Amino acid sequence: MADAVAGRDKCGEPRLVSLPLSRIRVIMKSSPEVSSINQEALVLTAKATELFVQYLATYSYRHGSGKERKALTYSDLSNTAEESETFQFLADILPKKILASKYLKMLKEKRDEDEENDSNDGSDGDEAES
Amino acid sequence: MAERPEDLNLPNAVITRIIKEAVGSPGWRVGAGRTSRQRGSGSGVRVPGPGPQRYSPALFSQLPDGVNISKEARSAISRAASVFVLYATSCANNFAMKGKRKTLNASDVLSAMEEMEFQRFVTPLKEALEAYRREQKGKKEASEQKKKDKDKKTDAEEQDKGRDEDNDEDEERLEEEEQNEEEEVDN
Repeated sequence: MADAVAGRDKCGEPRLVSLPLSRIRVIMKSSPEVSSINQEALVLTAKATELFVQYLATYSYRHGSGKERKALTYSDLSNTAEESETFQFLADILPKKILASKYLKMLKEKRDEDEENDSNDGSDGDEAES
Repeated sequence: MAERPEDLNLPNAVITRIIKEAVGSPGWRVGAGRTSRQRGSGSGVRVPGPGPQRYSPALFSQLPDGVNISKEARSAISRAASVFVLYATSCANNFAMKGKRKTLNASDVLSAMEEMEFQRFVTPLKEALEAYRREQKGKKEASEQKKKDKDKKTDAEEQDKGRDEDNDEDEERLEEEEQNEEEEVDN
């Protein structure tokens, strides 16, 4: 964290990218099929990530519910992931929050459905459910 | 390479600043505009650069001033950024593989942006790439210039001498080769 902040003005010149390139490289390399990345690709990915962060924030705010309160909340973000095609790939890491009671109800409904299916199929699915 | 899961997180402080920059600044700028003095003076006044560094507000609409971003939202954005990097890398890698290259390059990343439906990033990214290339070129020239200045006096005379000697050797060799050819013909 400190290196990222210090790195900004270290050479006495403004930097193109504020995100730490080393960290971006680690994330890129964590993808198993990637063998090597040239410096330009790294800088561009870092820059793209900055644009993405700003776009995600502004998009979610504009489409979100908190405009009167001047607030950007988690649910604005998860709505974006759910509703926008472009941000669809975030749906898994920005799941919609629901109340525990609602979840339990959903779970029960699902179980009832499964039981119906099980009894139709005659399989022994009851054991797997707990 | 990344052994701990937290290695894949981006620093929250930087993410927050990037969001805030979208919030507070009148336009999204390439870094080249401000000098270190303006940035480092601590006066708290940000001096906007001249026109061309700004991107059209239609492309990057900003959050209004003073929007409160919850802590949860901030960490969610940070996670989203990590996932974005992975997604972009994977897309870019597909383009590299199509081109039978092992190394990801700038054009792969740009193609990936289009594939991912982030076409709006392509223009600013191209501008950033140009700025980066200019910066690298500037650095390279500066270091070469330094080297030249340093070597100029000492090397100049020696190089001239060396060149003369090389020429002599070449001539001798040529003569030898001619002789060899003649012999071969005789045989």
